[in-house]
Amino acid sequence: MRVNFTVNGRPQEADDVWEGESLLYVLRERMGLPGSKNACEQGECGSCTVRLDGVPVCSCLVAAGQAQGREVVTVEGLADFAKERAEGCATGACGSGAAKGTTLDEAKRWQARGSDSHTGEGTELAPIQQAFIDAGAVQCGFCTPGLLVAADEMLERNPNPTDADIREALSGNLCRCTGYEKIMDAVRLAAARQSEGV
Amino acid sequence: MAATGAPTKITQGSQTKGGIGESTLRPDGTLKVTGEFAYSSDMWHEDMLWGQILRSTVAHAEIVSIDTGEALAMAGVYAVMTYDDLPTEVRNYGLEIQDTPVLAHGKVRHHGEPVAIVAADHPETARRAAAKIKVEYRELPVITDEASATAPDAILVHEGRDDHHIGHVPHPNIVHRQPIVRGDADEAAKRADVIVKGEYYFGMQDQAFLGPESGLAVPSEDGGVELYVATQWLHSDLKQIAPVLGLPEDKVRMTLSGVGGAFGGREDLSMQIHACLLAMRTGKPVKIVYNRFESFFGHVHRHPARLYYEHGATKDGKLTHMKCRIVLDGGAYASASPAVVGNASSLSVGPYVIDDVDIEAIALYSNNPPCGAMRGFGAVQACFAYEAQMDKVAKELGMDPVEFRRINAMEQGTIMPTGQPVDSPAPVAELLRRVKAMPLPPERQWESSEGADVRQLPGGLSNTTHGEGVVRGVGYAVGIKNVGFSEGFDDYSTAKVRMEVVGGEPVATVHTAMAEVGQGGVTVHAQIARTELGVTQVTIHPADTQVGSAGSTSASRQTYVTGGAVKNACELVREKVLEIGRRKFGSYHPAWATAELLLEGGKVVTDGGEVLGDLVDVLEGEAVEVEEEWRHRPTEAFDLRTGQGNGHVQYSFAAHRAVVEVDTELGLVKVIELACAQDVGKALNPLSVIGQIQGGTIQGMGIAVMEEIVVDPKTAKVRNPSFTDYLLPTILDTPTIPVDVLELADDHAPYGLRGIGEAPTLSSTPAVLAAVRNATGLELDRTPVRPEHLTGTA
Repeated sequence: MRVNFTVNGRPQEADDVWEGESLLYVLRERMGLPGSKNACEQGECGSCTVRLDGVPVCSCLVAAGQAQGREVVTVEGLADFAKERAEGCATGACGSGAAKGTTLDEAKRWQARGSDSHTGEGTELAPIQQAFIDAGAVQCGFCTPGLLVAADEMLERNPNPTDADIREALSGNLCRCTGYEKIMDAVRLAAARQSEGV
Repeated sequence: MAATGAPTKITQGSQTKGGIGESTLRPDGTLKVTGEFAYSSDMWHEDMLWGQILRSTVAHAEIVSIDTGEALAMAGVYAVMTYDDLPTEVRNYGLEIQDTPVLAHGKVRHHGEPVAIVAADHPETARRAAAKIKVEYRELPVITDEASATAPDAILVHEGRDDHHIGHVPHPNIVHRQPIVRGDADEAAKRADVIVKGEYYFGMQDQAFLGPESGLAVPSEDGGVELYVATQWLHSDLKQIAPVLGLPEDKVRMTLSGVGGAFGGREDLSMQIHACLLAMRTGKPVKIVYNRFESFFGHVHRHPARLYYEHGATKDGKLTHMKCRIVLDGGAYASASPAVVGNASSLSVGPYVIDDVDIEAIALYSNNPPCGAMRGFGAVQACFAYEAQMDKVAKELGMDPVEFRRINAMEQGTIMPTGQPVDSPAPVAELLRRVKAMPLPPERQWESSEGADVRQLPGGLSNTTHGEGVVRGVGYAVGIKNVGFSEGFDDYSTAKVRMEVVGGEPVATVHTAMAEVGQGGVTVHAQIARTELGVTQVTIHPADTQVGSAGSTSASRQTYVTGGAVKNACELVREKVLEIGRRKFGSYHPAWATAELLLEGGKVVTDGGEVLGDLVDVLEGEAVEVEEEWRHRPTEAFDLRTGQGNGHVQYSFAAHRAVVEVDTELGLVKVIELACAQDVGKALNPLSVIGQIQGGTIQGMGIAVMEEIVVDPKTAKVRNPSFTDYLLPTILDTPTIPVDVLELADDHAPYGLRGIGEAPTLSSTPAVLAAVRNATGLELDRTPVRPEHLTGTA
């Protein structure tokens, strides 16, 4: 079947989609957007979290056909989405997300970006993305995309969360590396920067 | 070198920004937060096929027949391979003992063993084709514990063993046995005023890294294969893969893809050979990605263990002796079992002074899932048991458990049961003092004016209590872990460092085969290069097999060993750079010849701070490159009868205090706080150090209260291979984790550093169990502890 939906503000189309394919599979394997991760493919780990018409969902549990005609935001579009929200467009649909997947050629050329540790040079990040880097909330990074999408959505709803609020909002996102302390730090940092308007 | 116990002083590079000791940020951080970082499961290639593995549905059986006809006939299927299709006579692999068949041959030995592989143009087609393969099994009795493994009529899990352990094990279903005898435990027991015995069980834990086993194999024109994969040790993989493919090692070109966590679970091969076989068979790139269900079968787990301990002590709290027997279940294949036995036995006494010991550790072959490396292996299981014993003995003596530990704590100079002296700081008592001194979290919040937030109570959002039936407990534990590969292993690493001028600036490039699995090795390598070469611009080359081996990202060893290799290569590069400087500019200033020279901020300076020249001028028209192996001091094998030998490189210590609240009516545990104090020797990157300690702490908490792979004792089949049924700590389950870091230099190690990744996983588990015992008054001799163990309904 053919599936059409909007990803990060850009209309996308996928052909020859088998009816059993998940939104996650179509994003990763057919649209070149592997940022959403495939850690459990059973809705338990949250690493595939995307926003579907604004609502955070495990994209592994959404059939691709269910996304027909709808708006999807993935980690690849999070920076643009956050920017547009800050500029007053809350849906994320009013811009063109510059989403980009990873080809093997690109993967082969991978190297630690930048010549020093001041990450972020040349890349515009959402506040929650920068906070994750600054707070040391990224280790292996496999849970990071899903956590970022979930945390960003929580801060949109609840700009001044208590620790218990943060824990509740992120309880669907497993992380095996950090013990979550630095993730707590990152979300607190993003909330603080947001309230200070930094 | 710093004086023992003092923090290391850095001279070279101390003025250069972003060097060691700073919390510089991850160089891969931006890619990881934007979704652009290429993990092994993200690989994609034009025309690629998808590989699928058919795994055994039974634990122990003869294979009567395999019929692949229907699978092969399916549209979209390009290849189906079984044991008969393997290209060479080398058909087994293994880390130490090559006992693991690439595809089952005549027999399967555990639930989920690979039997056949399929390549198809869509993953669902591959799955369906695999399901069409008909395998007829004739089931055999299952070996699931020590009694069934060593029964007189026990079926041998492996017939005709010829590995180097078979000569000293009491039964062919025992992989390895290591006794350690020192002093006279029976004689010393006579001096004891109290003798305390215990039997403990440690459940099977899963690494549960989030990035599934995955990778892409691309056949190359020269008949070789390129493999992009997530692993902990590229060169160890290569050594196992190439012979099975019938290729020389230089025709299997491996590149590390992004690794989504490891924790020991990627030391053994998973999909590597299968993807290469299918790629070579079909002539097309083949991608394999396990789903979570398959991942539970696709890697080894932490050895479950049964531990029998006896301790004696005098009235004044001095330990007299210790006897223990540790039975580890290695499952169907050896994997890292011999090394796990070595750790369990040599560290079974814990960080305590006991001169008279009688120790035995064994690992079984069974039909349970294969077990091997997981963070802290061997030492983790032992720590759970000896720390439970410490509390029991203290209780028996009527002593405070921390005071009792302090009295018996080892220190620098203590002789290990192996006869090896501890020759660097061992601040065991100090770590305990520090965790005990931390302020305790407030009690009985639900009675405060703010009232109860159910999210902070046992049961959480299930709203099972507002404080009724909830009691608090506090528990302590401390542990000892070896750092690096032990027992005489040639544990080296290799670094290639290049320095040149790029775009008018001096730039260093660091190339190693170190697997970055999330621990932050790439961050630390850049810091080391900045410090040693006095430059700010450092590029980390992708890890591949085009450079010498870095050894494994495990055993808390990479910052020590590959960090040491990078430091060493940088020092050699620095010498060459200074040599060039002397040649070019020596005649302009006598200090080139007479002063001690440093590289700082892109310049050559004297130790007095006088600038002699710019690195850009020194390096103009020249590039300096060094590739060099680096080794820590050698270790020895343990004697097979007495266990004596200087087997370990370095020891690492951490202590925890756990605060828990238990709903005694429902048996629900909420860990409120897990405070940790650890000696790290030198914190090369404090932010990363704390991240490692907190992460390790929570993996230890997981096995204390929720994580366990449940294996049916009648069938040896895994009952909970999913994140629905295998419970990992979520952010709601985890406590706050205050960390106190000590930096007491180990003079033998680069910068005085100490490997840190594993120690916090050891003491966390027994601290939580001690706190739950303290809260409930129950004995609790197994981990994880589940509600039924707390409510008497088990």
